[in-house]
Amino acid sequence: METLVQSSPFTGYVYPNETIIPWTVLIVVYPYLTGLVAGAFTISSLYQVFGFQQLRPVAHFALLVSLCCMVVVPIPLLLHLGHPERAFNAMITPHTTSAFAIFAYAAAFYVILLILETWFVFRPQIVHAANDTKGPVGWIYRVATLGSDDLSEKALSYDKKWLFALAIIGIPGAHGLHGYVGFVFGSLKSREWWSSDLMPVIFLFSAIISGTALVIVLYVVSCKLRKVPVDLACLKVMAYSLWGFMMFTLLLEGLEFASMVYRGREGIDVIMTFVKGPLLVPFFILQFGLGSVLPLAVITFLIWRGTTGPALVAAITTSACLVLLAVLMMRYNVVIGGQEIAKTGKGLLDYQPPVFAREGLFAAGCVLVLPFILLSIVVRFLPPWHEAEPALANTRTR
Amino acid sequence: MEDKEKLEGQQRGRREFLSCLGSALACSAAAAAAGTVASGTVAATAEATEVQPNPAIPGYDWNQHQWAFGVDATKCIGCLRCVEACKKENNVPPDAHHFRTWVERYVTLEGEETARIDSQADPVNIAASGSESEYRFADRYRDAKVELAFFVPKLCNHCTHPACVQVCPTGATYKTEDGVVVIDHTYCIGCQYCVQACPYGARYFNEEKGVTDKCTWCYHRITKGLQPACVEVCPVGARIFGDRNDKQSAISQFIQNNRVSVLKPETGNAPNVFYIGIDKDVS
Repeated sequence: METLVQSSPFTGYVYPNETIIPWTVLIVVYPYLTGLVAGAFTISSLYQVFGFQQLRPVAHFALLVSLCCMVVVPIPLLLHLGHPERAFNAMITPHTTSAFAIFAYAAAFYVILLILETWFVFRPQIVHAANDTKGPVGWIYRVATLGSDDLSEKALSYDKKWLFALAIIGIPGAHGLHGYVGFVFGSLKSREWWSSDLMPVIFLFSAIISGTALVIVLYVVSCKLRKVPVDLACLKVMAYSLWGFMMFTLLLEGLEFASMVYRGREGIDVIMTFVKGPLLVPFFILQFGLGSVLPLAVITFLIWRGTTGPALVAAITTSACLVLLAVLMMRYNVVIGGQEIAKTGKGLLDYQPPVFAREGLFAAGCVLVLPFILLSIVVRFLPPWHEAEPALANTRTR
Repeated sequence: MEDKEKLEGQQRGRREFLSCLGSALACSAAAAAAGTVASGTVAATAEATEVQPNPAIPGYDWNQHQWAFGVDATKCIGCLRCVEACKKENNVPPDAHHFRTWVERYVTLEGEETARIDSQADPVNIAASGSESEYRFADRYRDAKVELAFFVPKLCNHCTHPACVQVCPTGATYKTEDGVVVIDHTYCIGCQYCVQACPYGARYFNEEKGVTDKCTWCYHRITKGLQPACVEVCPVGARIFGDRNDKQSAISQFIQNNRVSVLKPETGNAPNVFYIGIDKDVS
């Protein structure tokens, strides 16, 4: 038994069973990934539905980012389960009162929606590749066309209608999925740190900023790798969106914390000890200071000064990296922090994640890297770069 | 143990059937259809079996009983025999992090506002006993001026509105007709959502089995007319168990003759473990 359990030291009084933290770093990764999905999808939808033409260079790429993250979402959950082989029990006999029972359906629905949307977006490219490529790869493309190789004007306008509809369904889908993850935590009355009506909304906004930040970073990196110039107009729109959503997120987090302190319900003393002590570095310095206030100040400065060129790219990319760190820390502070405050309201636990364990930091790191490996493969088969589009347009008019 | 597993096995009948049915559905319904076809059919099936059949225990009808538990904290002497008996009876992992029942000690020293609380799982008490699988309260307040001191046994409250059952995504944990919250270990996926949801810290994750576990009021014993192990071994009668349907039972009398309270009533869980002799510090 000793090798199986990892208990946490505590101060004050905690229930004996609480000394083993139930949800570990893998459950930190899970809402982080769903957040990236929702955020990247937002960027894609801003172009697809709301017609933000400046976002054209990243719209299709953001969709692929969203898809690659979404495919990985179930992995941390499966790794966490005591019986992953029984995971489908939740789908077979969903317990209707459980906030978690519909997750599998919601996730499956959303994966299908993303795959469908990706297929419609890339259908012209798939058809061209199916015609032009030989060998096994060509065979894969031919299967991927699903027998639909009509690229006539009429067919393409039909595709467009589908894309619009899917993107419209996808907006509540992606955000619903993530808001619902917030509900999984916020609806638990057993933990004061989680039990908040604002939790789903905060999850949602932090999701949007993390996804936007990820698309910014990946877009800039992809431009460097492909040795093409970064589209500054596109980058600016993303940075402005990031700025706006960050303001909301910070306000909401501030309001939530203020409400908790102001209500001052039982256990608030322990929460305050926690906030001033163990949470000082992960929350105030990493999440709030370095990850939120600094990038916000940097982007504000860029807007004010009208900075442009390589300085703009470097500053926005750095800010986006910091935002990614802030949201990861936010997930950590919510998921792990909530469990470090004992249910007794009279004690604090000190969780130190193991490095090499089934639910350790290494496993969590691997899960976090997986979407990017997947993305690097997918973009080879379905290049989402809009520079590739004129060539396609030429072939279309032929 | 063998009988207990047999009993649980019988109750699992419908779950296994559903499981097989579900597997077949899940296989046949491709991912695209999963969201609609599978959910509709299975939800309907689950609803149809909402009325639980009486478990096939000879001479036992779960519709005839309504079990409840009482704790008289004024009697508890903190001997921890209950903890030891429970660990042995229910094969609870023999360490300081897995308990179906535990005992808390509340000590208020002179001049202090709030009680100092510890349980047998406290490192000081483990050091005193010399082992995590032996239970003892260290004599740590020998030289202090103690104003008030008492022990409080804790266990699963088998709530009328159990938060753990509410959140279970598969229905592996459920409330029996006779008022006991149990877990189907063959159906639990080990997500630990129930561990999070329980405000009383009554649930733990059994790493070896990959499932959650908790007190069942020794369901394998009570359905045979026996008392739970902890009640059986308590030398002072601090733990009372019985059937509320029987107005003359010890528990009915306990609730009727005392001003009982429950833990954390504000959660809305409506616990079925009734306490006397606890004070404001106990939660």
